[in-house]
Amino acid sequence: MSLLSVRDLTVKFAMRDQTVTALDQISFDLGKGERLGIVGESGAGKSITGFSLMNLLSRPGFIDSGSIQFEGEEIAGLPDRKMRSIRGNRMAMIFQDPMVTLNPVLTIGQQMVETLQAHRRLSRADAEQIAIMKLREVYIPSPEERLAQYPHELSGGMRQRIIIAMALLLEPQLIIADEPTTALDVTIQADIMELLLELCTSNMVGLILITHDLGVVSQMTERTLVMYAGRIIEAGKTREIINDPQHPYTQGLINALPQQTLPGHRLKQIPGNMPGLAAIPTGCAFNPRCPYAVDHCRSTRPETVSYASVEVACHEVNRLHNTVLEDESA
Amino acid sequence: MLAYLVKRLFQAIAVMLAISLIGFAIQDNLGDPLRELVGQSVSEETRQQLRDELGLNDSFFTQYLRFLGNAVQGDLGTSYFFKEPAVDVILKKLPATLELVFGATLIIVGLSVPLGVYTAIKPNHVLAKVIMGASIVGISIPVFLTAILMIYVFSVEYQWLPSYGRGDVVHVFGYWDTNFASLDGWSHILLPSIALASIMLPLFVRLIRAEMMEVLQSEYVKYAKAKGIHPFRIYFVHALKNTLLPVITVGGVQIGTMVAYTILTETVFQWPGMGFMFLEAVNRVDTPLIVAYLIVVGFIFVVTNTIVDLIYGLVNPTVNLARMGA
Ligand SMILES: Nc1ncnc2c1ncn2[C@@H]1O[C@H](COP(=O)(O)OP(=O)(O)OP(=O)(O)O)[C@@H](O)[C@H]1O
Ligand SMILES: [Mg+2]
Repeated sequence: MSLLSVRDLTVKFAMRDQTVTALDQISFDLGKGERLGIVGESGAGKSITGFSLMNLLSRPGFIDSGSIQFEGEEIAGLPDRKMRSIRGNRMAMIFQDPMVTLNPVLTIGQQMVETLQAHRRLSRADAEQIAIMKLREVYIPSPEERLAQYPHELSGGMRQRIIIAMALLLEPQLIIADEPTTALDVTIQADIMELLLELCTSNMVGLILITHDLGVVSQMTERTLVMYAGRIIEAGKTREIINDPQHPYTQGLINALPQQTLPGHRLKQIPGNMPGLAAIPTGCAFNPRCPYAVDHCRSTRPETVSYASVEVACHEVNRLHNTVLEDESA
Repeated sequence: MLAYLVKRLFQAIAVMLAISLIGFAIQDNLGDPLRELVGQSVSEETRQQLRDELGLNDSFFTQYLRFLGNAVQGDLGTSYFFKEPAVDVILKKLPATLELVFGATLIIVGLSVPLGVYTAIKPNHVLAKVIMGASIVGISIPVFLTAILMIYVFSVEYQWLPSYGRGDVVHVFGYWDTNFASLDGWSHILLPSIALASIMLPLFVRLIRAEMMEVLQSEYVKYAKAKGIHPFRIYFVHALKNTLLPVITVGGVQIGTMVAYTILTETVFQWPGMGFMFLEAVNRVDTPLIVAYLIVVGFIFVVTNTIVDLIYGLVNPTVNLARMGA
């Protein structure tokens, strides 16, 4: 049994004058202890995916259709009371910016203890002991003293470690981390990622890592979803996707990586921008930016097909692959 | 901490100096103390002589310094009408006014927090819309109209509550007369307190609601939800504490302001406090009393603001009082 199984998940936003689709029939699976990356440019729907899994979409967003099975239980549309016993307990979330994630007027100790007490019958003293233990696991120096401190007394890196410790408090099966290092100093980003990787592996915790950094994905995850305009356009083993991307969009993302650019050359950005939800092009949403687009791409939405060792939603993947091969042999 | 206190104290003194200067300027320009002292029938020569003796011909600045020196010693002149030190007259009226402000504050705090929180949590509920609508109406009706309407309904039509005076007050601590120790006292202070609260209450409901709605959008509230925290705890621990921090500052200032608002309420309800007294003093051109009132009210205002700032610093963990002094 897989840990998480998402089928045809569709999320919409009921705006004043129209209803827009933010997630369009997303499907993916996650095994126990497996680490999955979700990549894509800003506005692709990565965060919306994370929040839908938690059933935490804020108005006017709602799950329109589809199913989310978590440990065999259907959780899409679960009433809040039941969902609450899953959140923070079996499924935890790490937010992007540790500077605004913690409540400024509550101590670290209060915020950790309340999380434990929300899900377990524990005395405050016992909860604090668990909190101290978890803080130690994320290498927080003198954890006992931290409990009495307020968030503003700690650095960003320290806070994100504490948030990671909080995610682990109740030994969840799944952690959703939405760009957990973007807001941090570059020098400590790698440390935090390494810590997250270490803890997920040693505790057999499933991880959904949301990021726009393909480099991070390749170090952290086993499988990857590439999202564009609310759809998954490519999915497969991270190694395959990085080494042999099939979708022109994924190729574009990889070519735009600094490592792929010779010194002195400009970064090869994909021309154009991700469309807004109200203006998603018909056919393949990527077609206006795609160098290989043909008429068919502009009129018909591509189905997801297996190609090479990945799932990809592109009409022209066959032709594309052959041209690339011809180029290489030439 | 000490540095902050000292800094705050200096600010308070500066404000008091400004108020005293205004007070003195009024005294200097309003009414002629000689007429009050000797009447019309004295010759111009004697008048000039008296002026010299009283120092009324000294420069503005010298006179102000003298005024200030007396004020610091608690001497704000003698009321023309009561023939008593103005400060004594005011101190006798002070308890009535402070109790009225206290009653109104109780009503405001007791109602604005639950109403503000409720309308923030359920903004689309009919009841919330009714409360918000009523708050607009409440803000726009003047205090004296509210007061007269209440007197008409509760005192005249139904005769449930008395319409004027303090009723049976109980003498406590050898100085203070209180309304809060007898049923009659309570029944007398109820309507005036509601009238006084009627302007501030809707403002506070709206302020708390606006702050709370903003806080509910914050990342840390979303994070608390993601941790599976019960909504009650999110509302009343996570959100309310952050909501009330800015409200405390605004609220403290408003409570200070309310002391001045009592003039209207006390007049309508014939409440024997210093607001009522002030209006009478104005009618009688009792200049020393008018000036003394301004200075005492200014003093109360400055003291409440300073206390509020200190409380804010104490309850807000991100404010470091020690560092703020620097
Ligand atoms: N409350 C909302 N109302 C309307 N549209 C929204 C709302 N929240 C998000 N969206 C839209 O949904 C789309 C996906 O947003 P999402 O936050 O998932 O993007 P993302 O992939 O996480 O991007 P980023 O890398 O910038 O975090 C965007 O087009 C965004 O404008
Ligand atoms: Mg995002």
